[in-house]
Amino acid sequence: MSAVETKVKEVKPLLSKKNRALMVDPLSDNNPITIQVLGICSALAVTTQMKPTAVMAISVLAVLVFSNLIVSVLRNAIPSRIRIIVQLTVISVLVILVDQILQAFVYDISKQLSVFVGLIITNCIIMGRLEAFAMANKPGPSLLDALGNAAGYGWIILAVAFARELFGSGKLFGFQVIPDVFYEMGYVNNGLMLIPAGALFVIAIIIWIQRSINQKFEEA
Amino acid sequence: MFLVADLISIFVKSIFIDNMIFAYFLGMCSYLAVSKNVKTAIGLGAAVIFVLGITVPINWLLLNHVLKEGSLTWVSASFAEVDLSFLAFIMFIATIASMVQLVEMVIEKISPALYGSLGIFLPLIAVNCSILGGSLFMQERDYTLSEATVFGLGSGVGWFIAIVAIAAIRMKIRYSDVPKPLRGLGITFIITGLMGIAFMSFLGINL
Repeated sequence: MSAVETKVKEVKPLLSKKNRALMVDPLSDNNPITIQVLGICSALAVTTQMKPTAVMAISVLAVLVFSNLIVSVLRNAIPSRIRIIVQLTVISVLVILVDQILQAFVYDISKQLSVFVGLIITNCIIMGRLEAFAMANKPGPSLLDALGNAAGYGWIILAVAFARELFGSGKLFGFQVIPDVFYEMGYVNNGLMLIPAGALFVIAIIIWIQRSINQKFEEA
Repeated sequence: MFLVADLISIFVKSIFIDNMIFAYFLGMCSYLAVSKNVKTAIGLGAAVIFVLGITVPINWLLLNHVLKEGSLTWVSASFAEVDLSFLAFIMFIATIASMVQLVEMVIEKISPALYGSLGIFLPLIAVNCSILGGSLFMQERDYTLSEATVFGLGSGVGWFIAIVAIAAIRMKIRYSDVPKPLRGLGITFIITGLMGIAFMSFLGINL
């Protein structure tokens, strides 16, 4: 969370109103996960613990920012018929870099994330942003758009991981936060949070809260 | 005989126990977007079975005869130490994108009727996580060629079952009194979670 958030804060004061909207909208009003419904796969699969989730959020941030920049710079040179292949190539090169870096520096977490690092390639958020934004805008706004969307994605998956790790195993970032006294009094970790279905319920609750606060997102 | 039993076990396991949707959440984007109606869900599901069944074995061949360390010896003995496995991602996605394109063209030529019902979904599939996921799991689990093919088909069938089931439930749920903020996306997540729990009952089965 912290890495994603500080980045947002550093740039904010420099921005015009329009550019500010590019970054702030994806945090809630146009959130990639809860409103645009993109990138759900990884959001659900890696979120049993905070640590791998934070690594995942940072990886997606890196890939999204650089691919948005590169595609935006190249946008006039890419023939529209083969744009998907070009975009996929850009993304996969970046993902290979991220994967190699993770394997070199945080091997344990990279093993834990297993195929999901590779699956950043098909993460719909990245393709979606490239198609919807980077192909039609200058590098500057594309960078902001990427930062905003990556932050919007990051805070949701971290929120899900927070709930799942806290209630599922009584820990945060691997440290026990629920004191032993509670367990002695009969408190039991909630196993539901650790199984795949737990993630779906947590996201459903986040969506429920968000849509009750902001009723314009309700579906008929 | 042992081999056949092994293959059947992988097939059943990939459909029910390691279901792409309920155990790994792969292909959720199209699963949520295209599940409003059973007919289109069947079309997309069939296309996924098809593409998974083709791309997993092809990627297996690429992985074992081009990318892995020492697998290029069939070209020249001096390549014995070349290890290209870090290129796996880009090779896999290139295979998938080109296969999807190829399949689309072939179907259009051979059977316009099938193209009419399946064709619009094919481009969507290139970026469906379950397809790339199939190839990556194949790489991680060290399958043989026949196992990889069966695994690809089985995962496709599992995905098909999941999307058709959720589409049917979503058609029925339109008549139910769901709390307003939960309608649409929220309730779909909850139903998927409940279905996932139901599918967990297959976990105890040992084939």
